[in-house]
Amino acid sequence: MPVRKNPDKTLGESLRDHGLSRRGFLKFCAATASMMALPPSLVPAIAAALDAARRPSVIWLSFQECTGCTESLTRSHAPTLEDLILNIISLDYHHTLQAAAGEAAEEARFQAMEANKGDYLVIVDGSIPGPDSNPGFSTVAGHSNYDILMETVEHAAAVIAVGTCAAFGGLPQANPNPTGARSVMDLVKDKPVINVSGCPPIPMVITGVLAHYLTFGRLPELDAYRRPLAFYGQSIHDRCYRRPFYDRGLFAESFDDEGAKLGWCLYRLGCKGPSTYNACATMKWNDGTSWPIESGHPCLGCSEPSFWDAGGFYEPLSVPLTATSGDLLKTATVGAVVGGGVAMLAKKRAKDAVANRQPVTVEELEDRL
Amino acid sequence: MDQFSVTLGSKAPCAGKPQDHGHALPILHEIRHALERLIATGEETRIDLNAMPFGPGDLDRLRAWLGTGEVQASVSAMGLTLIQETAIPGVWLVDYQNADAQRLTLHLEIAPVPEILRPQAQDLAEAIATLDARLEEGQSNPPRSS
Repeated sequence: MPVRKNPDKTLGESLRDHGLSRRGFLKFCAATASMMALPPSLVPAIAAALDAARRPSVIWLSFQECTGCTESLTRSHAPTLEDLILNIISLDYHHTLQAAAGEAAEEARFQAMEANKGDYLVIVDGSIPGPDSNPGFSTVAGHSNYDILMETVEHAAAVIAVGTCAAFGGLPQANPNPTGARSVMDLVKDKPVINVSGCPPIPMVITGVLAHYLTFGRLPELDAYRRPLAFYGQSIHDRCYRRPFYDRGLFAESFDDEGAKLGWCLYRLGCKGPSTYNACATMKWNDGTSWPIESGHPCLGCSEPSFWDAGGFYEPLSVPLTATSGDLLKTATVGAVVGGGVAMLAKKRAKDAVANRQPVTVEELEDRL
Repeated sequence: MDQFSVTLGSKAPCAGKPQDHGHALPILHEIRHALERLIATGEETRIDLNAMPFGPGDLDRLRAWLGTGEVQASVSAMGLTLIQETAIPGVWLVDYQNADAQRLTLHLEIAPVPEILRPQAQDLAEAIATLDARLEEGQSNPPRSS
């Protein structure tokens, strides 16, 4: 893959060189606004910003992962990956997609880092065996994931952790965490880290975050888990089209009962929608065709920390009787900001609370949310 | 082999017959407010239907409520954009598709004319120069008359 050094042309110039008309550009901006979960009234502002935007260099690192996140992105339909690579970002290094291999591939990464020092974005998918773990669990070109990550982010403008493995540790970190897997934000402390969680994340959310950076030249507003609020600001439950059934107390009790056939709420079949924040309910999957709940399956909560260890997927949601959702959120926030003893104490409190989980009724849950 | 039990007399709707989840009606009210603004102040509104938490059948129900008007148009740029006037004057469905005919996004526009149908300001600014160039070319190479 040839290395692009800071492209001189703006995105608008580049698109016009490709023969794109102004109406085509307007359409591109309408799709981009939708992708960024912004209102259509912002299309003119997006058009003006994109017209003057320059392509950022992107280095994509894959560590302990299943390639599902890349699969998700390559199936993004708006824009296509081809558009993304050619017109929006300059993807200088991607283990899985690049044609180059061996020393040539690693040289491409070093060239991109040098040419775009301080300006390039690093996208990471997969968790990383921590500095105290056996580095042999996951290596690229004989180098440990940890060394490659720290070396690459040193002069990056920001790091985007794509997928729940990179954002929160994900499946590799599930109990008993044999590889000592850590998330990106566990290891990178001196750069802005944005988490685009999900197993995999919605492809439009990945491209939406990149488009936001490109359009506005800054990172989007984040929640306490460092996820973009535009996509993770509301719970699945609050945006679920089955919510009216929940409000009326109409629940499917099994996957083939009358309630399931009538499309009633899947809460009692283990739906984690009330405690899960993601954009599936509006952005949907497979080119907007459907999403798990629309297909009759409860939400697994895949965009939340430790979702693999959060109890059975088909067990009704329970919340610790001694900790509120606010406590858990505060724990994460405090852990990220203060660190040390306070975080340990808060984590222990949350851990104890999780160990004492008790099933709750719908009414109790409603009171707590 | 185990036998599957079959429940007779189910009241559940058959597949392909979506039920009403009640999410289309609020959009109609939003359109009504937007129409009032358009008439009173000329302010146009765009609603991104892709961002709505619609359930199965909600979009079809909304389209059925809005009906079909007289005007259809298409713009061919980066794939097709299909514009359909609804039976409510000033309310348009604008379906943005990519080159593979996959939907990028679906907007409702409450406006006299959808934005994408109007010539863009920069294009208008270049219009006279473009026409002059053609006039000049036409004078030096006049088309043959029959």
